[in-house]
Amino acid sequence: MTHPIISFQNVSKRFGKTTAVDNVSLTINEGEFFSLLGPSGCGKTTLLRMLAGFEMPTEGHILIDGKDVSLTPPNQRPVNMVFQSYAVFPHMTVLDNVAYGLKMDGVPAAERRDRAEEALGLVQLAGYGARKPDQLSGGQRQRVALARALVKKPRVLLLDEPLSALDAKLRDAMRSELTSLQQKVGITFIMVTHDQDEALAMATRCAVMNRGLLQQVATPSDLYEFPNSRFVADFIGSVNMFEGTLDVDEPDHAIIATTEAGPIYLDHGVTGATGTTVWAAVRPEKIEMHKRTDTPPKVDDAPEGYNVIAGTVRHLVYLGSESIYEVEITGGKLIKVVRPNLTRWDQEDFVIGEAVWLSFHACSPAVLLS
Amino acid sequence: MSDALIKHKTTPPGPLEYLRRWPLQVWLGLVAFFLYAPLISLMVFSFNDSRFTTVWRGFTLKYYDKAFHNSSLIEAFGNSLTIAFFSTLISVVLGAMAAIVLWRFRFPGKTAFNAGLAIPIVVPEICMGVGMLVFFAKILPWPQNLTWPFNLGAIIIAHVSFSFPFVAVVVRARLASFNRELEEAAKDLGASEFRTLMDVLVPHIQPSLVAGALLAFTLSLDDFVITFFTAGPDTVTFPVKVYSMVRFSVTPEVNAASTILIIVTVVLTFLALKFQGSSALTAGHDGGAETK
Repeated sequence: MTHPIISFQNVSKRFGKTTAVDNVSLTINEGEFFSLLGPSGCGKTTLLRMLAGFEMPTEGHILIDGKDVSLTPPNQRPVNMVFQSYAVFPHMTVLDNVAYGLKMDGVPAAERRDRAEEALGLVQLAGYGARKPDQLSGGQRQRVALARALVKKPRVLLLDEPLSALDAKLRDAMRSELTSLQQKVGITFIMVTHDQDEALAMATRCAVMNRGLLQQVATPSDLYEFPNSRFVADFIGSVNMFEGTLDVDEPDHAIIATTEAGPIYLDHGVTGATGTTVWAAVRPEKIEMHKRTDTPPKVDDAPEGYNVIAGTVRHLVYLGSESIYEVEITGGKLIKVVRPNLTRWDQEDFVIGEAVWLSFHACSPAVLLS
Repeated sequence: MSDALIKHKTTPPGPLEYLRRWPLQVWLGLVAFFLYAPLISLMVFSFNDSRFTTVWRGFTLKYYDKAFHNSSLIEAFGNSLTIAFFSTLISVVLGAMAAIVLWRFRFPGKTAFNAGLAIPIVVPEICMGVGMLVFFAKILPWPQNLTWPFNLGAIIIAHVSFSFPFVAVVVRARLASFNRELEEAAKDLGASEFRTLMDVLVPHIQPSLVAGALLAFTLSLDDFVITFFTAGPDTVTFPVKVYSMVRFSVTPEVNAASTILIIVTVVLTFLALKFQGSSALTAGHDGGAETK
């Protein structure tokens, strides 16, 4: 049961001559943990701020619950925001901070107090009500900001880079806590982030933006496995990109002729005219590495001689759970290969300078037309 | 072990231990001497049992008694406090508003407004005094024989005109450190523009309002030049009165009156800071630094 709660209809925002958001149409459903993802300056924050009411769209409409709020001031919208700097009022106690929104709504003092304390309990800050913000850590201040926004029971909670100011360990803890909090309160969350790991880990659906344009809207796994453009493939995770021309395009297979990696065999058809330029994107963990022998290894779902590249190991990064190899292939291109360290001693033990074969399955490459 | 401890006591001064370096000690001594020696000698000679200030003839309180029974001096003192009170009140409101306008908005003529605000700070006081004299004589003649405190209106207006730019400068400096997201957060939580101003912006600039008020109060209280040109015969202020007394001779009575004024100012400053709590001493610091 998906009920659309927010809808952007052909929304554009221009600041002078620069276009921050360019004709974005997007629907977000009730109960989603939605993430707006993109590099800095891509327009994701502007989109969020338009939803909060701090910016007005130059063109288009924004609907919340079917009501056009494009020009509604922020204090009259059923959304609340957790700011990047948390923006906890420094001169008020924690309890007064949390109760502030209720006070503005004219909620009686006693009820205000009860609801604020309940909200503090929700973010595990029960008993901190009498403190001043400068007596709290960064993580605790963020919880105050969360409680302050949630206590108003908004239709949508907006989070602007919620984890960027936290240290690595706290960030990991906060990730799962935010997800479980969202499930507990059942409010739609919309989070802006430039960190793709964060978006993949937390969101139920992500929108990837670039230069004001919406690139792709999909679930995290679809974004990773089925990117629709080189930008998305490159932005989400790391990827090896091979440029080539579409040589054969049948319903059950296709072949891309590349200069760098030889012919690439795909186990599915591509809807594109043969002879057009396409890109095959292969994730580092989907590439296998073998010791160099006289006969190249055969990939089991592709004919002999396909999806195999000769190379030499140039760099090696040991990360504990896995190792990242950079393998130079003909033409000087470096291919990234990730291998999990399955045993405590690696039998194959590739070393820098070693000649290897790289191979990948016919189902592994994502074919990109743009 | 104990040898090591003894050696530690004679280490050279650390980088922040300024007071352990003799050139700085000398400097500190000189500053203290030139700043406070005149004030202290003024206070000491107010107890001098002599008609002349320069020779010490023994301790007495009779000049305090005399000062307290000098009704025209008391009236001038009351006038000064009244003028300072009203001019401070108006200056703080006007100055804070000017600072917020300059910080918050872009509008045509902003640069001119900004520069215009600085004029009362840089223009020589004597010029402003003459200007005020002409203004109140020709353009806005202040009616005579009004009841208190309206008879002081002209002087209050003159004092506001040179005090509020100082308040604006102090408040403006404080506003630079304001996090705009606080304002947005308040609006996001349902606050109107006015509530946002009162609940978020004013608490942030409060230390600078206190600093600005203190500044405006002292500027008004000890202003002589501009007041001299705007005061009428029935609106004499304390500095003007003291000046007229000094023209005959510097008596211990003048010293006594001045000592009282110094004590009043010091006590007021102390109370303001105490009322603000210790946070004003630190939080107001960035604003206070601007006042020099």
